Amino acid sequence: MTQVLKDLGDYIAAALPNDVLSTEVTRVGELNVVARTASIVKVLTFLRDDSGCLFKQLVDVCGVDWPGREERFDVVYHLLSLKHNQRVRVKVATDEETPVPSVVGVFSSAGWFERETWDMYGVIFSDHPDLRRILTDYGFEGHPLRKDFPLTGHVELRYDDEQKRCVYEPVKLVQDFRSFDFLSPWEGQGPLPGDEKAEGSH
Amino acid sequence: MAESQIKSYNINFGPQHPAAHGVLRLILEMSGEVVDRADPHIGLLHRGTEKLIEHKIYAQATPYFDRLDYVGTMNQEHAFVMAAEKLLGVEVPLRGQYIRVLYCEMGRILNHLLNVCSFVFDVGGMTPMLWGFEEREKLMEFYERACGARLHANYFRVGGVAQDLPAGLLEDIDAWCDQFPQVIDDIETLVTENRIFKQRTVDIGIVSAEQALDWGFTGPNLRASGIAWDLRKAQPYEVYDRMDFDVPVGKTGDCYDRYLVRVVEMRESVKMMKQCIREMPAGPVKTEDRKVSPPPRAEMKKSMEALIHHFKLFTEGFRVPEGEVYAAVEAPKGEFAVYLVADGTNKPYRCKIRPPGYVHLQALDMMSKGHMLADVVANIGSIDIVFGEIDR
Repeated sequence: MTQVLKDLGDYIAAALPNDVLSTEVTRVGELNVVARTASIVKVLTFLRDDSGCLFKQLVDVCGVDWPGREERFDVVYHLLSLKHNQRVRVKVATDEETPVPSVVGVFSSAGWFERETWDMYGVIFSDHPDLRRILTDYGFEGHPLRKDFPLTGHVELRYDDEQKRCVYEPVKLVQDFRSFDFLSPWEGQGPLPGDEKAEGSH
Repeated sequence: MAESQIKSYNINFGPQHPAAHGVLRLILEMSGEVVDRADPHIGLLHRGTEKLIEHKIYAQATPYFDRLDYVGTMNQEHAFVMAAEKLLGVEVPLRGQYIRVLYCEMGRILNHLLNVCSFVFDVGGMTPMLWGFEEREKLMEFYERACGARLHANYFRVGGVAQDLPAGLLEDIDAWCDQFPQVIDDIETLVTENRIFKQRTVDIGIVSAEQALDWGFTGPNLRASGIAWDLRKAQPYEVYDRMDFDVPVGKTGDCYDRYLVRVVEMRESVKMMKQCIREMPAGPVKTEDRKVSPPPRAEMKKSMEALIHHFKLFTEGFRVPEGEVYAAVEAPKGEFAVYLVADGTNKPYRCKIRPPGYVHLQALDMMSKGHMLADVVANIGSIDIVFGEIDR
């Protein structure tokens, strides 16, 4: 299976040399294709229509936030080929300003997924027919799945009996959200000071 | 007589409407009685599940999956634990796999019973609802006996299931499997050839095979459109490759076909449950790898190492090595998947949940265009949506 995916990856990379940046088969046996952001429409169209691929279904689009990176967002597309019984993952990178071309024209199912990615991460999709927020509240500000967005959010909602309507107020918590750092400091930090002497004495 | 102009207008359907199957707010642009555009407003039940999971250790994340699609709960836990297992490289013992399949199929029946009965309820038949809920109650008792909860099971663990089934449970499930097809028969005699039901569903909301693929349909909705695709057959996980079952496929892809596919799937699920009970081997139900699954209590009384493992697993949790994985299961509503990005710590870096209902609801506009207002209700009922998973 891994070999088949490897061949498929090479085939895709050979067919689109200017649009595909790299392909790899991960250790769990999934094919990753990293594409140039501007050519995502071309790549997905190829994957859908080429007889060696026939990825007729776009099953998922989502964002991943890597705040440490120059282009902090990954947009991840998951495709499924019913004909060849295979999956492929296509990734493009972008930042807050650079729009990603929308793939609604290629797969209708991308519509809401892209809206969700915009809502959750603030990734802009160009040429999207209807890029509105989808999951968050009407009039919501910010993009909640970004790593710099606090888990508790910024505002809370309550019904005000005097004004007879719902009002938004800054979050007031009796106890702040506590993020426990359970990671043991004794593991995964590399050699402890002094250990190299013990190693050397063997 | 002067020609009268019909002014198009908007209807606000929901969010508090019994046929909206939850908190769906639907803005319908109507011209007369005919729908021009259906614009679902979702997110009224958004709880930020994905964000919460990023702040919890892996073991604490599974209960959130029960609360997504709260009628077929274990199937969703399954996707998450499978994702973590793939990254960890953990093998589930055979008995654990059989228990998982048994309970996933039970979840499928729970889900389809609710959907079929409430769908019939939406288009005017009340009796199947009463019969169906009686059976659901019995199934939930089986849930309760296995894990202590009727709905929010939290039964699946990374590496297996939480605990072994109590004595006598399998016999009772077997007895239930013998009587249940009779209930399906009863429901079918009332509904399948019913003239009113057929008038409301046949040729309503037709989705062609081409459209179904384009709109990302999966599960019963895809099969109703005539595409024989089932992850349990195509990409078998656990012991589904040993299971003997058929995949029902529809012809026209209308509401009626979607109903029929679900009814047949229930019968197939009963078959699989019986096979699971018949073939269930003895043995452990979760992996013996103590870095992932906690030791039994008796062992902790004697072994210092077991005590340490227990303590570590319930404070720090286990660490999942860096990597990304996409784990999909055939949930009752379609392909439910978890895209997990791990960064080597004890918490998921990113956990994207791919709910099938989200994709199906998106296509409601396409399905309802040109239909009457009352057909929108039939469409919503037939695509099987639950807002817990759509809004997340």
